Amino acid sequence: MSSDAIAIRTADATSQPWLDTLHGWVTTVDHKRLGILYILFALFFLVIGGIEATVMRIQLMHPHLSFVSPQVFNRMFTMHGTTMIFFVAMPVLFGFANYFVPIMVGARDMAFPRLNAFSFWLTAFGGFLLYFSFLGGFGLYGAGNAPDVGWWAYAPLTARAFSRGHSSDYWTISLLVSGFGSIGTAINLIATILCMRCPGMKLSRMPLFAWMNLVMSGMVLIAITPLSAAQIMLLVDRYLGAHFFDTQAGGSAAIWMHFFWIFGHPEVYILIIPCFAFVSEIVPVFSRKPIFGYPVMVGATVCIAFVSMSVWAHHMFTIGMNSYANSFFAITTLAVGVPTGIKIFNWLGTMWGGKILFKTPMLFCIAFLFQFLIAGLTGVMLGVAPFDWQLSGSYFVVAHFHYVIVGGILFALFGAFYYWYPKITGRMMSESLGKLHFWLFVIGFHLTFDLMHIPGILGMPRRIYTYEPGRGWDLWNFLCTVGTFIQGIAILVFVANLIISYFKGPKAGNDPWDAWTLEWSVSSPPPHYNFATIPTVASRRPLWDRKHPEDPDSRYE
Amino acid sequence: MLWASESPEQNMRRARHRTEWLLVIGRFAGALVLLTGLLLTVHLCRASSPADNPIPSIFDTHSTPADSIRHLSFFVLVITGLIFLVVFTLLTYVVVKFRSRATDITHEPAQVYGSTQIELAWTVIPILIVVVLFVATARVIHAIQDAPKPAAALEVTAIGHQFWWEFRYPALGIVTANELHIPVSDPAHPTPTFLKLLSADTDHSFWIPQLAGKTDLIPNRVNETWMDPRSTGIYIGQCAQYCGTQHAKMLLRVSVDSPEDFAAWTHAQKQPANQDEKEITGRRVFENTACVNCHGIGGMATTGRFGPDLTHLMSRRTIASGAAENTHDNLRLWIKNPDAIKPGSLMPAMQLGDGDLDALVRYLETLR
Amino acid sequence: MACLIIAESAIFTIFVVAYLFYLGKSLTGPTPREVLETPFFFTICLLSSSLTIHFAAKFLHAGKRGAFLALWIATIILGGLFLLGTGEEWYRLIYKHGLTISTNLFGTTYYSLVGLHAFHVTVGLLMLAIVLIFSIARRVGTEQSARIEVLSMYWHFVDAVWVVVFTVVYVLGR
Repeated sequence: MSSDAIAIRTADATSQPWLDTLHGWVTTVDHKRLGILYILFALFFLVIGGIEATVMRIQLMHPHLSFVSPQVFNRMFTMHGTTMIFFVAMPVLFGFANYFVPIMVGARDMAFPRLNAFSFWLTAFGGFLLYFSFLGGFGLYGAGNAPDVGWWAYAPLTARAFSRGHSSDYWTISLLVSGFGSIGTAINLIATILCMRCPGMKLSRMPLFAWMNLVMSGMVLIAITPLSAAQIMLLVDRYLGAHFFDTQAGGSAAIWMHFFWIFGHPEVYILIIPCFAFVSEIVPVFSRKPIFGYPVMVGATVCIAFVSMSVWAHHMFTIGMNSYANSFFAITTLAVGVPTGIKIFNWLGTMWGGKILFKTPMLFCIAFLFQFLIAGLTGVMLGVAPFDWQLSGSYFVVAHFHYVIVGGILFALFGAFYYWYPKITGRMMSESLGKLHFWLFVIGFHLTFDLMHIPGILGMPRRIYTYEPGRGWDLWNFLCTVGTFIQGIAILVFVANLIISYFKGPKAGNDPWDAWTLEWSVSSPPPHYNFATIPTVASRRPLWDRKHPEDPDSRYE
Repeated sequence: MLWASESPEQNMRRARHRTEWLLVIGRFAGALVLLTGLLLTVHLCRASSPADNPIPSIFDTHSTPADSIRHLSFFVLVITGLIFLVVFTLLTYVVVKFRSRATDITHEPAQVYGSTQIELAWTVIPILIVVVLFVATARVIHAIQDAPKPAAALEVTAIGHQFWWEFRYPALGIVTANELHIPVSDPAHPTPTFLKLLSADTDHSFWIPQLAGKTDLIPNRVNETWMDPRSTGIYIGQCAQYCGTQHAKMLLRVSVDSPEDFAAWTHAQKQPANQDEKEITGRRVFENTACVNCHGIGGMATTGRFGPDLTHLMSRRTIASGAAENTHDNLRLWIKNPDAIKPGSLMPAMQLGDGDLDALVRYLETLR
Repeated sequence: MACLIIAESAIFTIFVVAYLFYLGKSLTGPTPREVLETPFFFTICLLSSSLTIHFAAKFLHAGKRGAFLALWIATIILGGLFLLGTGEEWYRLIYKHGLTISTNLFGTTYYSLVGLHAFHVTVGLLMLAIVLIFSIARRVGTEQSARIEVLSMYWHFVDAVWVVVFTVVYVLGR
């Protein structure tokens, strides 16, 4: 009986009424289906977030354009940021984790399948609630429309006095709800990894993918919750007349910033650590060598998790903290660069002495290494507090974090898509389209985000719907917009590849990449129950041991 | 065609010939783009820009805090540049040297699991770099933030509003808006300007890149910043913390004046409003409509502080916090329909008839 | 449950931080010293309910259903008394001293923190009540003792949070 995950095409499947299929998907608790739902949900919002970005870039192409009104522009950057972080990046990473963590640790499903489904639907509801806000239209001068307070929603801009209408409430409630979904998934991942590993899989034999998701989940538990707490406080302020962030009553605007960034900074590490996981799985396979320095990779990740909880106020260097506080956060910010840099060296060490195959997943990972290096270095610049006093709130910061998120996270994600698509669907993606996607995206990405650093250096602040001519910003903004369109075309190529390959791609078989972790030991797509017999492992690369019985890893670990 | 069926050998050959060279070229192209951008930027800073419309580059500094930041930033750029070169070279070398070749696809390479010495080295060296960077950083933080205020310093209070700047000179009894005048500071006898930063509503940020790093204006909190510009001229900036709909047009214009010019300016600002009876009609329009509720004019019985003080409106080059030049037509349009210049600003359209409007504008134009 | 407790602890920590940060910063209105009365009795109720639930779980594990049921009911009563006490205190604060969540910063932080805790107590009591119903219907036996342990962990957590809140609000805050 073919797996009911995706295969509707096999000849012997009785043709199900589409309603039954839909019902199956909506009520599923299977981690693989939920993983796919998360990923499709994220892809949908990726396109929407991309459209929002394009609208902004068109408006900024020349000074004093009126492509959109200031009110619409302010909604665009708020929704773009909120969507991309909470409804693209988080879901897609949870999706991959959901699909692959149980299989990689040799389990049949996650620890709490129903909680898993509940968490997904909470996230989905949050997404749709946020976008429901657009239906607010022009009533009340648009105050009931989509939120326009920036994705950090700084107080007191979100107070009743400055944000009349419900736009800020859409932001608050949709994120509160999806935050609970994230916590649910994190609990699930931790329980699965700690309690459901197959025999022989000690923690030190888990794939790095599992380790990184474990660390990420731990961070979710203590990083998302401060945001939830702050959002509850904001709701109480707005609806029960409380004064948490009410500066007129002695409240503090700065305390919102502290609470938000205590969430916000670990959040970006929550986003990047699973991407480290992708790269740590793909680079070894396409270099034909094991990961260099597995224990240090784990240690560095745990180190990053801890240190990242102490750097948050580097987003607040300009708010007037005293020099000792600024110095403290400067050194912790610089310090967190050390374990991160170590990982880059470990990946290079993995490739050193290997036999590198330049398939699409590996291309994206190599680009990731290059871009993550640059992003990390501009991050070091921003960690030097006085330099940040000039660069904070400018397009330099926007360029930096897009370098991390697009150049780092999205590139690693693309690598993950090309690498694991054969396992999920049973078909290979097209290498030619993949390479076209890669090169187009690299060109567009660099055109936009390399040049974007320059207006920041020349004094252009962020979150402005237009700018004055003659400040030296015009040419760079124009070129950035051109790059946006090139990236858009690349995304279309990618989506086309996803769709065409599903129907026409050659069958992948169990193990198209000759890889070594447990997911490649089952069929593509995996059966509903994952494993016919729960495997027993003796090393970090169980399939290497099977393929090379004369020289198994277990001899060296 | 999308999935051309090929043997592994053909696959390898194809990969070898095209992809990794593209990669190498691509990587170099990327680095080149970055480098070009950086060079262009530096060039732009050195390039002369019109005296009254400068390019507000953080590398074109004219004041001590901005200088300190610039020197520190060059130090940081050199270090990060070196790190980039080293790692980039390694990456390129690895990608070229260890690509798989068609001839030896059957054997896996040596399976190396790690090396303690190497990993120790690339842990210790970054830690040392961090220490060096931190020491340099901490020195500049203290130098700027804990700088003592000399007795000759000029004190200005800046209050951020949605979407304009209020400037008060407590010692001189001056209240003005949007365009700041400060004296040039001779390094031999420094007369820096120390600004106290407050906010009347939401968060704002005061940023003149050529003179100092930015400092935020946060309600219910008092922040401080200082600058000691050593050359006269106009320096521009704008609000750098999103504060609402018209954050983009909360522009800043700082005029650094020679001692004589500054004395002349303060003298003019201290005078009460022009009481010339020629435009009495316009003045009555101002007094009898809601204008007085928001705008103060020195010598008049107004308590309005929600909007900018208009006592010396005509001494300013721009209106609406830099959104428009201070011309007759702009002034008229601004009062008639603020949304035409700054949609979403908090000044309401006053619905004045044309006669009243013209009289009012003529009156306001007497406020030099 | 351990993970959930970690996450919830983080939420409570933020509310505690806000409470401590705003101590003494109210611009007007009643101060903690003026209006707070230390709720010794109700605190003892809540803390002893931790004891009763601990032994209830132990008895269930040993198969002594009767003892389990008795102690379970005792836990619910003690928890209910605590909530009653909170309600009484709030009634007194609101009507006698005029302190509401919108009066001043103390009111805001006090009601939010104590209220968040009381909410968690309420949810806990609901869960305990559900178990009570199942127990009366004779559906709770030794096989369910692992689940009872998990619920008991949650209840201990709620207690521990109260110890912190009590210290911060009634001891340090005055």
